[in-house]
Amino acid sequence: MDSKNQPSKTVYAKTVKPPVIQIGPIGWIRKNLFSDWFNSVLTVITVIFLIKTVPPLVTWAFVDSLWFSTGAECHEAGGACWSVVTGNFRFIIFGFYPHDQHWRPFLAMILLAGLLFYSQNRDHWNKYLAYGWILGLFLMGLLMKGGILGLDTVESTQWGGLPLTLILSIFGLTAAYPMGVLLALGRQSRMPIIQSLCIVYIELIRGVPLISLLFMSSVVFPLFLPEGVSFNNILRAQVAIILFTAAYIAEVVRGGLQGMARGQYEAAESLGLNYVQTMRLVILPQALKIVIPPSVSILISAFKDTSLVVIIALYDLLKTTQSTLTNPEWMGFSAEAYIFVAMIYFTCCFFMSNYSRRLERELNRSNR
Amino acid sequence: MTANHNSKTSGKVSFWNDPSKRSILYQVTTLLLIGLLGYYLFSNITHNLARQSIATGFGFLQKEASFEIGEKLIPYSAADKYARALWVGVLNTLLVSFIGTILTVILGTFVGVSRLSKNWLVSRIAAIYIEVLQDIPVLLQLFFWYAFFYEILPSPRQALQPIDGVFLCNRGLAFMVPVFQPAHVYMAISFGIGCLIVFVLRLWSRKRQEKTGKYFPLFRSSLGILIGLPMVTWWLSGAPTRMDIPVLTGFNFKGGVNVSPEFTALLLGLVLYTSAFVAEVVRAGIQSVSHGQTEAAMALGLKPGHLLKLVILPQALRVIVPPLTSQMLNLTKNSSLAVAIGYPDFVSVAGTTINQTGQAIEGVAMIMIVYLFFSLITSAFMNWYNKRIALVER
Repeated sequence: MDSKNQPSKTVYAKTVKPPVIQIGPIGWIRKNLFSDWFNSVLTVITVIFLIKTVPPLVTWAFVDSLWFSTGAECHEAGGACWSVVTGNFRFIIFGFYPHDQHWRPFLAMILLAGLLFYSQNRDHWNKYLAYGWILGLFLMGLLMKGGILGLDTVESTQWGGLPLTLILSIFGLTAAYPMGVLLALGRQSRMPIIQSLCIVYIELIRGVPLISLLFMSSVVFPLFLPEGVSFNNILRAQVAIILFTAAYIAEVVRGGLQGMARGQYEAAESLGLNYVQTMRLVILPQALKIVIPPSVSILISAFKDTSLVVIIALYDLLKTTQSTLTNPEWMGFSAEAYIFVAMIYFTCCFFMSNYSRRLERELNRSNR
Repeated sequence: MTANHNSKTSGKVSFWNDPSKRSILYQVTTLLLIGLLGYYLFSNITHNLARQSIATGFGFLQKEASFEIGEKLIPYSAADKYARALWVGVLNTLLVSFIGTILTVILGTFVGVSRLSKNWLVSRIAAIYIEVLQDIPVLLQLFFWYAFFYEILPSPRQALQPIDGVFLCNRGLAFMVPVFQPAHVYMAISFGIGCLIVFVLRLWSRKRQEKTGKYFPLFRSSLGILIGLPMVTWWLSGAPTRMDIPVLTGFNFKGGVNVSPEFTALLLGLVLYTSAFVAEVVRAGIQSVSHGQTEAAMALGLKPGHLLKLVILPQALRVIVPPLTSQMLNLTKNSSLAVAIGYPDFVSVAGTTINQTGQAIEGVAMIMIVYLFFSLITSAFMNWYNKRIALVER
């Protein structure tokens, strides 16, 4: 910098501090809570509302509450009965999985959490991570099912609780992704028959509620199969979830494909690449990168939507909670039990959506 | 290009290397595969149906349903036909979606605007509301509100009375309504006349503004006409104030309007869940209008009301309406979860029908067709709206 432009120090010698009511906590409160009369009225109303609602809730949830007691003691106490959760914790989380084998679904969940945690960092995204995921999902299935390596076989009819919820959503998304990509490519294709088939499929599935597909999986799928062949409930629900999710993924991927510049196709063509090579080497790697944040949103809704399997009587997290509540000892404590389940769902979804937002910011920055 | 050209004229390029012929081959193969799969499934179905001696076709619609439906908008009894039972279900779905949509838009806009409030406390609370309600499955929320009604709320005898004339208890929600009187008919008629006047006024004021540039305070005067005219009619016809107040008789409330716990829980769950998404949509829409637009409009000398009406809203609505419509459609689709808490919506009635007749294929097909119909109407509206508001660029 030019020395001539530097102002002499004497100019800064005497600095006047801003008035005390404009800085520090007081200034912050004035600026954010009482900037004008309307704001002040809003603040007062909100504070009154909070004073009316929060203390009774805190008293109910933490002061008068029972944490480790029997149901009978709960019925006499006035506060929240968290014992309904602590007393049935393992059933709510693992469902009818054999009690002495609970370490297996637990280990599977740890494995999944580890994989998710490791995949968070974008520096780790490469081919080996994909192989790692395939291996990890396979190991999870093996842990759940057993049958070899001295593990007892646990039929999938006994799976339940949180592991089932996670399996339905993670496997659902993994299997639906390739299908969704194919559907998106089909929708973009210039072949009229293939294009219209894909459009019909995507719009049909997106137009109906998931529950109608689940109904279909539980009552119509068996009719499709030849005599004597049958799938179990969980697999059928999984198929319905995959078919449903694929349509939504197709739309997300289509967004990514449409975001590709025309020059990319032309460049690939001029290099002499054929359709499959163009897609595999040029277009899809870029398009799929764009659509990762919306794909995480789809994972979130798939995770939330698996709770609908309650309606076709699968024992997922919500159903195990409900069946705990039908026990006369714990009847009447639905609020506590549902709040607990809601917290599990909230924690998972909150981390995923935060992650998706962060990723979006990072990708935007690197694209610039 | 040349290769393509050659293939058409000289036929030197082999069949396999001609993209247009290859694409025909691909499509024919796909069609054949799908046809084969369809034939296989169809033959399985006919075989299985014959084996289980299940009837096919929609003949069952004309049979007696012989089950009761708790809540209905049209007269229905167990002696009626399946077709009528299903129609009752469709109407219930429409009712819940209609009321839900209105409440969701109001609540969602309110929360979305609060989220942008300069007041730190208000915007924090709105942020928590949005984040928490979005991240909890709607089915869980429905179960929670259902349990709230049946377990937490007191019996009708100790019913809560948050506002005068509104009663909350484990038998649902009861609130008072005005006793029907001829005055109400007159009020409705005068409201209709008011709408007509406003419509004419709008045409006139626009024409006058185009001709002379004079501005007419349309919004305020129409509001005055729409509210004032029915009020004057009400006053002229003797100002009847008699209310039909719910009274506790026996085990439940009589009089007023009674809403079942199932309906209230369904509505509450759907509205709270969807409004969190709508709030985000509204927030994004308002934020999409850059601050420069506001400054430019103020520099042109527009009043705050005109600024909102002529500059901000038209631009924000273009961003808001498409995702808003899809949220409304989501609400309609999610209303199918009514089956889990025992409100007789269409899916629930169709489910009962499937159980009784065993005709699963027809039942599921009907569910799909009804919801597809809803979503087709919605997307037709969307396309119309998008075309209408599309930016006309140079």
